[in-house]
Amino acid sequence: MKCGVVVFPGSNCDHDCYHVLKHVFGFDTRWIWHKDEDLGGLDLAVLPGGFSYGDYLRPGAIAKFSPIMKAVARHARDGGKVLGICNGFQILVEAGLLPGALMRNRSQKFVCKNAYVRVENADTPFTSECGGKRVMKVPIAHADGNYFIDPDDLGRITDNGQVVLRYCTPDGEVSEAANPNGSVQNIAGVVNEKKNVLGMMPHPERCSDPLWPDLDGQLIFKSLLHCA
Amino acid sequence: MVKAHGLTPDEYRRILDLLGRAPNLTELGIFSVMWSEHCSYKSSRPLLKTLPTEGPRVLQGPGENAGIVDIGGGMAAVFKIESHNHPSFIEPHQGAATGVGGILRDIFTMGARPVALLDSLRFGDLSEPRTRYLLNGVVDGISSYGNCVGVPTVGGEIYFDSCYNGNILVNVFCLGLIKADKIFRGNAAGVGNAVIYVGSKTGRDGIHGASLLASSEFDETTEEKRPTVQVGDPFTEKLLLEACLEIMKHDWVVGVQDMGAAGLTSSSFEMAGRAGTGVELDLSKVPLREEGMTPYEILLSESQERMLFVVRQGHEADALAVFKKWDLNAAVIGRVTEGHSVKILHAGEIAAQLPVSAVVDGALALQRPSQRPQYLDSITELDLTGLKTPERGDEALKKLLAAPNIAGKRWVYEQYDHMVRLNTLILPGSDASVIRVPGAQKALAISADCNSRYCYLDPYQGAQIAVAECCRNVVCAGGEPIGVTNCLNFGSPERPEIMWQFEQAVLGMGDACRFLEIPIVSGNVSFYNETKGEAIFPTPTIAVVGLLEDQKRHCVQWFQKPGDLVALAGFSMEELGGSEYLKLTFDSCRGPVPNLDLPQEKKVQRFCLRSIREGLVSSAHDCSEGGLAVALAESCFTGPRLLGARIEMESTLRSDALMFGETQSRVLISFPRENKEALETLAREGGVEFSVLGSVEGERLTVRIDGEDYIEQDVRVLKKIWDESLERYGR
Repeated sequence: MKCGVVVFPGSNCDHDCYHVLKHVFGFDTRWIWHKDEDLGGLDLAVLPGGFSYGDYLRPGAIAKFSPIMKAVARHARDGGKVLGICNGFQILVEAGLLPGALMRNRSQKFVCKNAYVRVENADTPFTSECGGKRVMKVPIAHADGNYFIDPDDLGRITDNGQVVLRYCTPDGEVSEAANPNGSVQNIAGVVNEKKNVLGMMPHPERCSDPLWPDLDGQLIFKSLLHCA
Repeated sequence: MVKAHGLTPDEYRRILDLLGRAPNLTELGIFSVMWSEHCSYKSSRPLLKTLPTEGPRVLQGPGENAGIVDIGGGMAAVFKIESHNHPSFIEPHQGAATGVGGILRDIFTMGARPVALLDSLRFGDLSEPRTRYLLNGVVDGISSYGNCVGVPTVGGEIYFDSCYNGNILVNVFCLGLIKADKIFRGNAAGVGNAVIYVGSKTGRDGIHGASLLASSEFDETTEEKRPTVQVGDPFTEKLLLEACLEIMKHDWVVGVQDMGAAGLTSSSFEMAGRAGTGVELDLSKVPLREEGMTPYEILLSESQERMLFVVRQGHEADALAVFKKWDLNAAVIGRVTEGHSVKILHAGEIAAQLPVSAVVDGALALQRPSQRPQYLDSITELDLTGLKTPERGDEALKKLLAAPNIAGKRWVYEQYDHMVRLNTLILPGSDASVIRVPGAQKALAISADCNSRYCYLDPYQGAQIAVAECCRNVVCAGGEPIGVTNCLNFGSPERPEIMWQFEQAVLGMGDACRFLEIPIVSGNVSFYNETKGEAIFPTPTIAVVGLLEDQKRHCVQWFQKPGDLVALAGFSMEELGGSEYLKLTFDSCRGPVPNLDLPQEKKVQRFCLRSIREGLVSSAHDCSEGGLAVALAESCFTGPRLLGARIEMESTLRSDALMFGETQSRVLISFPRENKEALETLAREGGVEFSVLGSVEGERLTVRIDGEDYIEQDVRVLKKIWDESLERYGR
């Protein structure tokens, strides 16, 4: 599988994504600079976490205008896979490639800790290895992860199986207590209608290197490998 | 005019002597910042010279942007701790944020990629609304800056004491990694080479931050100094970081220095000073944020996120291309010249021209008078017979676990990205943080420490304990201490009592480091931490970096497995002076501080390190504030799994001193039963007292002393008290 990690000037999880794709999974992986204008035949484009252009205005609000995002949109339209993690998710909703919006956390604070998410739909290229409402322990690290979508669209994306991840307790119960940021219905990750674009706030790349005991993030990358 | 610049009449006379003429206003401004306490170390230098700064691993000692220690395999650790106290008190968010920015630049200026941040914070009494405002603001500022730049904040320490009500401390530590043969220094070498400015445009912010804000105490006019606090832009810092590391791959980069305190002035003078050259700058070429800035303002601005590069002649365009790639402002603003003076041009005229040595080395080294403070006469005694011993320790333990100085700091570190870049092997919450060295089997353990109550009661011993405890923390994580950096926070050096505290602390620190054979490679002095004559407790913050040859052999403070045995390495004495228990239970801050026997300390550390390296122990936790009881409780509940312990002890000490006293050189360990003999042998050979106290079991912490129940608590209850105490003060 040919992978590319998009580097915005303020990306800071780019090295981590690159490391996991290339060194843990052995994917053919390269860097994509934000000023580039095409993706050059990739299977998977990863938009990593960070603060794309400083994000002083609103996360992703400037990134959606960057040259590379036109290429990412074309790639998505043509059925190529796009994985947006954290800031990458924020950019994808700003660019209109995913539904909804990401607002400031309910606490008004940045939050970095391990969270649990339940896989609501295993029928996507990103979650095929996560059947049976699989619960994953994955770190979150964001100030703007409070997912919002209006009720009509919420009904639509739920019916379409576009809600892929929800925050839950370690036992898989989706409850208010397990919601770290105030997201509507604990939504932690969504896909587009064609299910080739996934945006998620948790960081699977932070729990994929066997140097650490927690490895649930590998499920996402293994799913991608499986369907490639 | 001279006084408004913070210069004394003696200093002005010296300027006249050195120049043989009167300085113009711009030149006076230059002397003012460069001879400020903050930049010149004029009060502290004679004493700092006594510190041990050399060792086989030292690649760069004090005097550069940061210290560097060889960690083998062609790699080196670059680190420093620095204060941003006064700005953070006036404007907590920006003050703390720019503190992070400044120390990051110190590290990547040397060519290193910053891999970890730690913060050592001191606030006043939490019942004061202002303290809560400051706590929230500082944490917010650190969070917003560090998270955006993408350098993980992996640990640190926070203490609260009313002595910081009028003057908080924000000390930020940064660790970077570098190839040992790719170190950059602040050198303006090679006549004709280009001086290149890069980073944020220069504005009017921060003018006289170093001279007037950092080098004087607080009074009624403090609020008016808010404009001297700079505003941080972490995104530009991130661009600067990546651009600098990219450009430094080229051999045509001659030298580099960040524009921190005293901005363009200090960077240009110091770089010329180190290289023995001169520099000519044309201020008309400096990228400016506002129109109509005078040479005085441009030279003294402390706008953040700016660097000065010296690049070999002919490579100007190459350098500018890299900066353009990262969308940074950059311009060739001058040249390295012959002779030893800095010449500043503006609009075709000479705005200032000064000999480098006069500015850089000309400041008077002051021999400030020192005198033992009188308060010590009345507080170093402690009569234990007058203090009632409680029959049971449950209440005292709960009170200690809820005390902000001991309580869990999760509310703070969850606001920091402590995992980014996948190097954090031990997440915040253990004795020391452990960072892996990418591409190698090694890891580095880091800890920052200082018990300022001890330093108030006995600055010599207090500073020794800070060094010893910090090393012990690193050892408990499996690291061998290899280097120290310090941040010396004191009151006004113009008062003999403060100078005495400073002198004693520096001597204590030096003696401890010499004995433990660990060099001090960088540091920072922050004087004038006082408001209206009330100084803070002396706070010589120590940060220690330790090396683990095998990253897999790192150790945590929490119990791992039921059935493991629990033992104490070291022995307890009847010591309650200066303890958190004494403060909380008897509202008393007095007494002799715990004894520190350096040979004993060294033995305990060696034993502990060896037993971790040989894989004999499951956990190791230093006994510090709150003593053995708090160490036991924390070992039970700070890990991913809650585990109880059953402890039986016999002792002739009063039970509260045994459980809550803060005797030094003690480490609480747990280990599989089958390793007992091996550990006993190691302890005997190492001359360390080793006593098995009980075992890890169940979900309760029970402690029996001489056959009587002393503590019996559900571990979940203890954890809740400890975990939720601090967040009550959050916004």
